Amino acid sequence: MNDKLVISSSPHIRTVESVQSVMIDVLVALFPVALISVLLFGYQALVIMLIAIASAMLAEAAWLRKLDFFGDGSAAVTGLLLAMTLPASAPWWLVMIGSVSAIIIGKQVFGGVGHNIFNPALVGRAILVISWGGHMAGNVWPVPKPFAFTADISAVTTATPLAGTEQALNTTLSQLFIGNVAGSLGETSALALLVGAFWLLYKGHIDWRIPGGFIGTVFIMGAALGEGFYYNQLLTGLFHVLAGGVLLGALFMATDMVTSPVTNRGKLIFGAGCGLMTMLIRLFGVFPEGVTYAILLMNALTPVIDNFTLPKKFGEVKRSA
Amino acid sequence: MGSAAFRGGVHPHYRKELTASLAITSMPPPAKVVIPLQQHIGAPAESLVKIGDQLLLGQKIGDSKGFVSAPVHASVSGTVVAVGPYNHPLGRKVEAITIQSDGLDTWHGEVKPAGSLDLMTPEQIRGLIREAGLVGMGGATFPTHVKLAPPAEKPIDTVIINGAECEPYLTADHRMMLEKPGDIIFGLKVMMKVLGASRGIIGIESNKPDALRVMKQAVEGEAEISVVSLHTKYPQGAEKMLIYVTTKRKVPSGGLPMDVGVVNHNVGTAIALAEVIKEGKPLIQRVVTVTGEGVIRPANLMVRIGTLVSDLLSFCGGLRETTRKLINGGPMMGLALAGEDIPVIKGTSGILALTDDDVDLARQRTCIKCAKCVSVCPVNLAPTFIAQAAEHSLIQRADKLHAADCIECGCCAFICPARIPLTQWIRLAKADILDRRKQQQK
Repeated sequence: MNDKLVISSSPHIRTVESVQSVMIDVLVALFPVALISVLLFGYQALVIMLIAIASAMLAEAAWLRKLDFFGDGSAAVTGLLLAMTLPASAPWWLVMIGSVSAIIIGKQVFGGVGHNIFNPALVGRAILVISWGGHMAGNVWPVPKPFAFTADISAVTTATPLAGTEQALNTTLSQLFIGNVAGSLGETSALALLVGAFWLLYKGHIDWRIPGGFIGTVFIMGAALGEGFYYNQLLTGLFHVLAGGVLLGALFMATDMVTSPVTNRGKLIFGAGCGLMTMLIRLFGVFPEGVTYAILLMNALTPVIDNFTLPKKFGEVKRSA
Repeated sequence: MGSAAFRGGVHPHYRKELTASLAITSMPPPAKVVIPLQQHIGAPAESLVKIGDQLLLGQKIGDSKGFVSAPVHASVSGTVVAVGPYNHPLGRKVEAITIQSDGLDTWHGEVKPAGSLDLMTPEQIRGLIREAGLVGMGGATFPTHVKLAPPAEKPIDTVIINGAECEPYLTADHRMMLEKPGDIIFGLKVMMKVLGASRGIIGIESNKPDALRVMKQAVEGEAEISVVSLHTKYPQGAEKMLIYVTTKRKVPSGGLPMDVGVVNHNVGTAIALAEVIKEGKPLIQRVVTVTGEGVIRPANLMVRIGTLVSDLLSFCGGLRETTRKLINGGPMMGLALAGEDIPVIKGTSGILALTDDDVDLARQRTCIKCAKCVSVCPVNLAPTFIAQAAEHSLIQRADKLHAADCIECGCCAFICPARIPLTQWIRLAKADILDRRKQQQK
């Protein structure tokens, strides 16, 4: 009749949000921690982030044979997240290999965004840790030099606080909170991570249950089982939350929409599972840090968790057997 | 008295300001009306007239023997010029009677006041309602007399009048509450009398403070009737949500409001019911909000049933060039129309013209499992999983995921950042599930 009119099923209006706008929101949320990492580790941090983002976008564009480099924005997010897990001393080729493996092996071989089982950035990081352990190990990471705008990579290296008791004792909790400690770009400043996470919570892109379950479990297990660095088990629990990759993992990696459950109960279980695995690795495993493998393991369980935690439908009648 | 909140829901742009302040005006009867014989849920009516017949205003022209059905009436006086299939808002052709108006609006002799309400039995009132062709005017068009005749084992203690009007753009119910509060309360009392209900509740969303004020004034001194302010959140007017927030009762899955002692009616139905009892008028007209950025002069109009959308729109100054979608009803649950040569039916609460700016033609992307659909679903489903199952024709899985409980409110598809037509997939799954259940029963 009138060929100008669009015929489609209701609803006829849509939210303004799109996959791209969600991804841009995540990039915005990572801005505070990115800024802090540049202040702490100098221009090297910025270079690493730019290389990671650019190679992720290029790898995706090449795989999809498309010139739209930014696309839905998910490649940029993966690249930046991967950069956050790398030390400021990481050489350029290491960053590139990590980023390309994250996109290709972590995401595209599964069918692209939405189809991947594992968090792509963590897949990239896991590959780097296994293949170039020397560059990724905790004892070669630069000590931050606030406002020096350059990191002295060759001379000053120290262990991440988690690597041993001695370093831990020298690291105060307030330093951990602000981020003035050795670590990867994104795991130093708890404050910056929290600011970004609150933005995502406000926008409704993440749910408190995953970080809540994750951080809560780490705290409880750290307080109950951790070695008493601070002569106070509660502070020890807090140390386990603030040190290493727990906050970055809990707030930005475990909350990855694609690889975490969609149900509310599932999210809580998923978060708690990440926390449990992290602490088992930290306390009883051979590695000082376990966030990466904890999240990857829980990613694999996501479909199962979803299946067992489907919400109870409205007005469900209890059936007596 | 405030109300509880239901879980989920969304906050679309309401855009009610286009017509909220415009009083209902009567559109003069058009030269021609097309009255479909099916304007309700249930058995279609059968034509009682043939080409050439002279009809009077309010004369019954179609009826059915089925209980779940409703007759239709002439909405103008004049001559039958065609009986046959005609375009229908549902998208297919339906048997319809076309009447050429003589412009005189001569009432049929049977249209007269029914007498004193106090002397009537519930049975008599139900009969009058059926004869008047009353159906749910919120859009569902379920025959009113059937809703007012629950089986004896389901006693009704509460009648809820739905003045939520949670659909964006629409203001017909809002204006009716402002302009005819007395008829709404009269209609509600008739419903309570027929059902033997002791309590009447009028639920209105908080974004209509003037309607809340007017209705509260109107129920002063009525001990059995209360007006409840509802949170402004879509789908507040959905039957199960409205019952839950006003009475804290949950309609069981697969059940009906009467299972929890409640019957819901739209404000428009209450007014139409009042007119049946007071004046004997069958349902020949209704209030339609003609709105959207595509309409030159938006309005709330009293329109004869069977008026063609083209006539309605030209009365409102026509459509803008930029119009891209024409909808029968609201933007969340309405039906997209293929053109203007379609009649207004008893369930047409609005005619909405959306423009290029509102019609989102963005490409569908892959689900990123953001879980927004899960968190907005008012009946606690996991829409993305049901849609996935439907897409792969896994009907049993869709059934296990409770697809049949979907109320098709559209929240999931509205919120989806990947623009997946979730509601449409679930509708498909639902239809397949219901078909399968029917076959199993045979």
